[in-house]
Amino acid sequence: MGMIGQHLLNGLMQGTIYGLVAMGFTIFFGVMNVIKFSHGDVLTLGAFGGLVAAWATHALGLPVGIQLIAVFAAAMLLSAVVGAGISHFLIMPLRNAPPLNMLLMTMMVGTLIREAIRLFFPNGTNPQRFPELLPSGGFNLGNVFVRNDGLILMVAGIASIAVVHWIINRTRFGLAMRAVAEDVETARTMGINYARVIPLTFALGSITAGFAGTIYGLYYSEINYGMGLLLAVIGFSAAIVGGLGNIWGAIIGGYLFAGLQTFVVAAIPSMSDYKNVFAFVLVIVLITWRPTGLLAERGSERV
Amino acid sequence: MTDLSDMSRVGQLAGDSPVRTGAGTLPRSGQRAHRWPLVAAVAFAATALTVLVLIENQKLLGLALAAIAAICLGAARFGGVAATEAAAADHPWLLRGLITAATLAVLFVLRDDNFGLLMLSTVLIYATVCVGLTIQMGYAGLTNFAAAAFVGTGGYTAAMLGQAGGLPDPVVLVTGGLVAVAIGSLLILPVLRTRGHYAALTTLAFGVMFNVFLDANELLGGPQGLKIPGINLFGWDFSEDLHIAGFTISFYANYVLLTGALAALAMMLAGLIDRSWIGIWFDAVRLDETAASVFGLKIGRWKILAFTLGNFLAGVMGAVYAKMTGFIAPSNFTFGDSLVMVSIVILGGIGNRWGVLPAALIVVLLPEKLQFIQEYRLLLYALLVIVILIVRPDGLVARRVRKLNLEARS
Repeated sequence: MGMIGQHLLNGLMQGTIYGLVAMGFTIFFGVMNVIKFSHGDVLTLGAFGGLVAAWATHALGLPVGIQLIAVFAAAMLLSAVVGAGISHFLIMPLRNAPPLNMLLMTMMVGTLIREAIRLFFPNGTNPQRFPELLPSGGFNLGNVFVRNDGLILMVAGIASIAVVHWIINRTRFGLAMRAVAEDVETARTMGINYARVIPLTFALGSITAGFAGTIYGLYYSEINYGMGLLLAVIGFSAAIVGGLGNIWGAIIGGYLFAGLQTFVVAAIPSMSDYKNVFAFVLVIVLITWRPTGLLAERGSERV
Repeated sequence: MTDLSDMSRVGQLAGDSPVRTGAGTLPRSGQRAHRWPLVAAVAFAATALTVLVLIENQKLLGLALAAIAAICLGAARFGGVAATEAAAADHPWLLRGLITAATLAVLFVLRDDNFGLLMLSTVLIYATVCVGLTIQMGYAGLTNFAAAAFVGTGGYTAAMLGQAGGLPDPVVLVTGGLVAVAIGSLLILPVLRTRGHYAALTTLAFGVMFNVFLDANELLGGPQGLKIPGINLFGWDFSEDLHIAGFTISFYANYVLLTGALAALAMMLAGLIDRSWIGIWFDAVRLDETAASVFGLKIGRWKILAFTLGNFLAGVMGAVYAKMTGFIAPSNFTFGDSLVMVSIVILGGIGNRWGVLPAALIVVLLPEKLQFIQEYRLLLYALLVIVILIVRPDGLVARRVRKLNLEARS
């Protein structure tokens, strides 16, 4: 029984990261109708920014708490700036082009970021060790060993999801965002500053990517230039399974995907190499069953 | 923000609404267009291709690239492209003859350049797969992010049949295509039920899944891959150099001829589809499914046809590719490779089958040739695609608007 609990805990941690990534996809899609495939690579970039901040603050001999704040701040700031820059200079000019062009553009931007990290980060081809800044050790809860840092990160992840939800549903900026999402032209007639809402939306989505990247680094103690690709595919799947444009759907999708992986590893250990195969098969089956995601988009079919 | 999705259709519709296709019947006055632009264009293309393959010196290569780009831009600026298209439409047999002659001339010049010929047939294989993708994505509007998986299915089929032995190679190639169709039919249900990004996901998930599966499967060689014997067509061994009239011709010329012939067949097939009513039905399905079904079109039937044709082409070319290189591994068929194929289709000008040729050349040949940037080639490739997407959003050879104005033709 202990094993199952342990697997469940790992699944929850994985699911929090997936859910965060999926939430980013959903924010971009909801407001801009864009699948921003560079999301995973912005996440990687954020993690590497956090790593540099950790090195710098460590070299200055600052206390661990400050280091931790610096890591998160650097990751989120870097990803916000880069995300807003990408949207402003590369994605917005294409907004009247066919949707596939936009998708290809974001994929290419992602490749650009990935390759830039590989080529220009010192020793970028190899995995980088991420410093352990959180209290190590843990405690036993019944038969389940709970890692302290894992618990902290999971709480932080869930808290950040709640914060994003609050921003979108309770602030003026969130209201403007939802208005733009509903109908750009009407929102502009109502006096919403479109030119400011869009970059801020991209910044918000990218901040969640940087946050997720840092959590990933702190939890697995290792990051590499290519980690964003599979995370992006999984995050995209999670967002789609939940129903694009729906934040709760994205989070449910994230936990569901992690749950499927965990289930395969726990139930058929000999097939654990195939865990992503099973997870993707189930994603395809789910999509076939509910073609617009579990929490389907509201409103009638768009014609 | 439970529903942020119902927006920005205005922009999409504005960019998409005219029925666009490559087989536009331009309203013209009665006389036939001149032949010369066509002759000049084919001669230029053949020369440019040969020069690009032959030049080793990187500085000269850069100069040649700049010159070719300048000539292309100049020709487009002063109406040369339109004149060539008009000539090609008016003299189809001249076009076919010229292409055949140019192919033979290029083959003769490159007769003992193994690497160059290998690259040429690789370009042709990519182009043919992308003609299939054009039928799926450009004509019927089915996004397919698993093209490399279907190519891989054909390749692994050829490898397994090669190990079993006994079957003649033409059968092996066709079987590769059929197995790709069979595997693809597992995806028919999700593809038919979903649209847009959701459909993109099902193929994407399938592509990633396929790769993970290959990597983990011992029977298929795992990450190490499989070896495959070369092609033998009716006693004509493709892996032996030819000796004709004192000239030694590299065995890769066989593959260039085969892939060239298959590419031509695929082009003709796509052209026939585009010119027929099927092409118009595809247009209707792509542009507005609801409206098309209101008018009584069986949406599912046309989607299945497009999906099947495209996967068949991918499977056959996968088998050819596997037999040509003599070796396949999961790393040949990753999501990145599918992405390369999709970018060829979009760069070429989605829905225009001729666009895949220059796009495949740029995407496949250039990174191979620019050795001094070996390390940076993916980076530069991404940059190049980004620049093309910004400068020419409709692709290198833009699709023309279909004008269903039959009087204008007579």
